Amino acid sequence: MFTTPLLSILKARTKQGYRTLGYPKGSPPPLSDRFLGRPVLLPGPCPDDCSRCVDSCPVDALAMRDKRLQLDMGLCLFCGACIEACPRGTIQFSQEFRLAAKDRESLVIRQAVSPVVALPAREETEAETAGILQRTSRQESQVVLLATDISKKFKRSFRLRQVSAGGCNACEADCNVLSTLAWDMGRFGIQFVASPRHADGILVTGPVTENMQIALEKTYKAVPSPKVVIAVGSCAIGGGPYKDHPEQNNGVNTFLPVDLYIPGCPPHPLTILEGLLRFLGRI
Amino acid sequence: MQNGESIPLNAIPKLDFFHFKAALTEGVAKGSRIAGLWAVPSGYEYTLFSALLDPASRTLEVLSSTVEKTYPSLTPDLPCVHWFERDLAERLGMIPQGHPWLKPIRFYRGEAGKVEFFRVEGEEIHEVAVGPVHAGVIEPGHFRFQCQGERVIHLEISLGYQHRGVERALMGGPHRRSIHYAETLAGDTTIGHGTAYATLIEGLSGRKPSLYAEWVRAIALELERLANHIGDIGALSGDIGFLPTQSYCGRIRGDVLNLTALLCGNRFGRNLVRPGGVRYRIEQERLDTLRKRLKQIEEDTSSAIELFFETPSVRSRLEGTGVVPAATAKELGLVGLAARASGVPTDARRDVPWGYYRTQAPSLSVHSTGDCFARAYVRWMEIQESFRFLFLITESIPEESSGEDALLPGDLGSTHLPLDPESFCIALTEGWRGEIVHLAATNQEGKFAWYRVFDPSFHNWFGLAYAMREGEISDFPLCNKSFNLSYCGHDL
Repeated sequence: MFTTPLLSILKARTKQGYRTLGYPKGSPPPLSDRFLGRPVLLPGPCPDDCSRCVDSCPVDALAMRDKRLQLDMGLCLFCGACIEACPRGTIQFSQEFRLAAKDRESLVIRQAVSPVVALPAREETEAETAGILQRTSRQESQVVLLATDISKKFKRSFRLRQVSAGGCNACEADCNVLSTLAWDMGRFGIQFVASPRHADGILVTGPVTENMQIALEKTYKAVPSPKVVIAVGSCAIGGGPYKDHPEQNNGVNTFLPVDLYIPGCPPHPLTILEGLLRFLGRI
Repeated sequence: MQNGESIPLNAIPKLDFFHFKAALTEGVAKGSRIAGLWAVPSGYEYTLFSALLDPASRTLEVLSSTVEKTYPSLTPDLPCVHWFERDLAERLGMIPQGHPWLKPIRFYRGEAGKVEFFRVEGEEIHEVAVGPVHAGVIEPGHFRFQCQGERVIHLEISLGYQHRGVERALMGGPHRRSIHYAETLAGDTTIGHGTAYATLIEGLSGRKPSLYAEWVRAIALELERLANHIGDIGALSGDIGFLPTQSYCGRIRGDVLNLTALLCGNRFGRNLVRPGGVRYRIEQERLDTLRKRLKQIEEDTSSAIELFFETPSVRSRLEGTGVVPAATAKELGLVGLAARASGVPTDARRDVPWGYYRTQAPSLSVHSTGDCFARAYVRWMEIQESFRFLFLITESIPEESSGEDALLPGDLGSTHLPLDPESFCIALTEGWRGEIVHLAATNQEGKFAWYRVFDPSFHNWFGLAYAMREGEISDFPLCNKSFNLSYCGHDL
């Protein structure tokens, strides 16, 4: 049947409807029940002779310091290997998607040490775990203010030059998706721009490969001051799966001062958007 | 040998170079494709290997030959190996004599892009350099155009900016990170590469996954195809300046990624595929949700993409832009959807089926014109076929052979599967871009002696360069999107 393009466009427009997310005014979009968000370490101490989780971690994000377990979210691939490795269920991942942090140190989660000497076996802790997970999901104290004097200047208009420096295209894709009408970060005045000259900062993905180091530095220099640097994904924060490879540099803070860290492999778009909004002081 | 089959390393036929070359040229003339050409140093000499894929017999043939550092290049007779020989020259310092130009493809020692580019001289000639940092949110690569006015005489693509040493790091494995390397070789093809890696380990260890696990992998792979194809049509639409389809497809792509997250918690399918099986089950309730949401997505997709193809201004922009004729596609050894859009019927799901695709496979989507329209239209055909295939295979859950086989136990590093010593295995999957090849040999201890990955982009980057010839420079974004190749999958 013959239809004019204009009629078809209007027809499709009616069918597709209005789909921009209500977030942050409304509730965030539902996440998969299998989503791994902010890790939770149940109180220790862990048995002296157990290092199964530490051994299972592909990127050494877990470590035992002074008999306390610690997990570096900046390195974590959120693969869940440690969940399965731990015989006691000490490591859990909540549904908390708000993970962004201003300084590198805040990405490290440390285990509390309770007076109880050892946790009971896995089955008995399940109810207790559920309780702790639920509390963690709502713990506002962990979600600190990120806005700085500089970042507040960009509250109503924030332009970013994205630089992929060895990223696998997953972080890139989940940054890109924020420009689609579903997320529409343009409504907050946030935009990816084509030139560093038009930007207020750079958003870096990837571990910074040797081959991209010069291009990254040049791009940073081309951004007018004051400027910010945002590291998105475990590669940009600490090298990710390529940590300690000689072909890369273990992340962007090796060269440049990072103002905002957004962990994940890759971070969920919601994690990125929430981090940016909190950074600008908009939520 | 079969896809995913393991053989003793010394069972690979050794031919003298004359017969090695003859076997390759004759094989290609008879319709086989070269799935890989690689070499391993042995003393002062090199063992040159090649894998021929024969779609007629659905088998792979692996051959080897001992050559010296300098050997007569295969490229003059077999243009499809030109990129492989550049790899040999860069990686091992071999000198394929007679190769037109042995430039590095990955720049292992840094200094990417520091290379002499092909130049066209003349009064009205100008050069345009783009990248490595591009205007959009995409990976880095360098493009050098030789133009006369708007007309592009030649485009040279220089990569390597994403090189992060994956193949080198895989040597001595498998270890805790191996599966993560596979899953991030090209982050948008996590399932494709993850499955190829898992199939390889399964071949070398003899631990076959259950049909249930293969079924889960097939669902995830088709979802990956859907998400990327839908996203690509949206991106093409954006480059044409047709905003409705761009807006809709950008969103719908996310809806599909969320279905993958429904399966495993991650939108890109991370942590779903593991050697020996899968990490997550699809329960009946989850399957019902998947089908219900897929139905809605199918409706939205049809509305968005039918609009795209029925709009005359869209079609006229796509038609005749960036043509790669069938003969050229064959000669260059293009794979995947780029090859199918040029009328070359190649698809690993049918040619060398693995896993669930051995029981049934989606039908082949081919178009003949080889232009941007064809690459968009083949995507649309494949989108429809993947929807059909997904609805078909999700009608019921396959019976689990036995409880223990279905799900993979805890050890995620898969270091628990001992590999046969001194063996060779090759595993292919058909990712959304095309044929993914993983191959490896083990040493006496059953560890990887060497490991090679050929992403479809390895074959196809030159196809993009070719497509731009005699085009206009303003055609580049469109041509680039119509191929949408992986930088990290190439650079490794």
